[in-house]
Amino acid sequence: MNPADIALIDGGGANIASLQFALARLGRTGVLTTDHDIIRAAQHVILPGVGAARDAMERLERAGLVDIIPTLSQPVLGICLGLQLLFDASEEDQARCLGILPGTATLFDATPELTVPHMGWNRVYQARASGLLEGVADGAHFYFVHSYALPVGEFTIGRCDYGREFSAVVERDNFVATQFHPERSGTNGARLLANFLAR
Amino acid sequence: MRDGQVVKGVRFRDHVVMGDIMDLAARYREEGADELVFYDITASPDGRSVDRRWINRVAEVLDIPFCVAGGIRSIADAEEVLNFGADKISINSPALARPDLIGELAQRFGTQCVVVGIDSREEDDGYRVYQYTGDPDKTKHSGRLTGDWVREVQERGAGEIVLNCMNQDGVRQGYDLPQLRQVREQCTIPLIASGGAGEMTHFADVFRAARVDGALAASVFHTAAINIAELKQYLRGQGVEIRE
Repeated sequence: MNPADIALIDGGGANIASLQFALARLGRTGVLTTDHDIIRAAQHVILPGVGAARDAMERLERAGLVDIIPTLSQPVLGICLGLQLLFDASEEDQARCLGILPGTATLFDATPELTVPHMGWNRVYQARASGLLEGVADGAHFYFVHSYALPVGEFTIGRCDYGREFSAVVERDNFVATQFHPERSGTNGARLLANFLAR
Repeated sequence: MRDGQVVKGVRFRDHVVMGDIMDLAARYREEGADELVFYDITASPDGRSVDRRWINRVAEVLDIPFCVAGGIRSIADAEEVLNFGADKISINSPALARPDLIGELAQRFGTQCVVVGIDSREEDDGYRVYQYTGDPDKTKHSGRLTGDWVREVQERGAGEIVLNCMNQDGVRQGYDLPQLRQVREQCTIPLIASGGAGEMTHFADVFRAARVDGALAASVFHTAAINIAELKQYLRGQGVEIRE
């Protein structure tokens, strides 16, 4: 194990390739793993997430990671469902999550104007200054695919509006997370990933 | 896509080779395309699956979302496509052949990555769904009304509908606004218009008149008749909210 590597926590979801390619374009390598030692030793940890909250939590539990993740001290990035998992809970299947950040993910209400899932490019406005968003314009577009979201709160650094305002980027100490997919968000997403990896 | 190359037909016939997939993918990304869709039009009529190694190469260069369609008939097919790096899978003929597939895919991968493509054509008694449209000799009427199928695929867990309006495809006379408006009324998931784009005004029309979530086009981009960066600039000027 090269400790310079990035540990991608394996939550069982498909579609890790796009994230790995995005890291490769930045000259870095992600290792998909549930190994406690590899995760603890990695320079950066990413918690990707595609799928349902309870299913993902059960996988983390089986891998013995539910108690480990909150104790990590290196920079940790949650992506999409990975953001929601960092919070207390999700309405999705009434899942209890990791509790690193306070709040509960709730479902968007579908309306004729606003379809659910929220899928596509949307603007992210910066709620407060953070190095994670350095070089990213206020109101820049990022690519979202999700049905649940966290309200704007104390730890929100980027907010987005889709019928209601929600947290697009959050930060608490060494834990950061994006509701959008930086690996699919063009130049802005690459900049955010580079900012994270520079930590 | 047919046999590893990008092709485009007129009203789903007479396909000509448009170029190399990697060149086009990179070009469209540079021009500012918001999403790319790759159709293997030979996959379903031949009863075979698409050779999927190219997906991995595309995923390596693209940093925008892309969708793959063609011959995805099972969870295993979909898993392979997604693991190669596609963000979404689009199913059409296999969904008509076995509608349960929509729910199975949505259950396993989430509704957000399950796109249902619908090839629809106006008949005397309304809009009807066609299948196996990749090959003119095998194209056939599915026996379904478009409105019924739109409702059913949503109930079964589709996360997005791409409506290919066959009367309009490749003829560049504009999107089928009456049909798209009608489907929009029945559709609570993202709806993408496909078929008929010829001029920049057609894109403005479809966003305004049919309130679609996206507009898909092929010929006008492949032939460079419309540059995507210029199109987006134009649409912004027309008041359409679009990524910069």
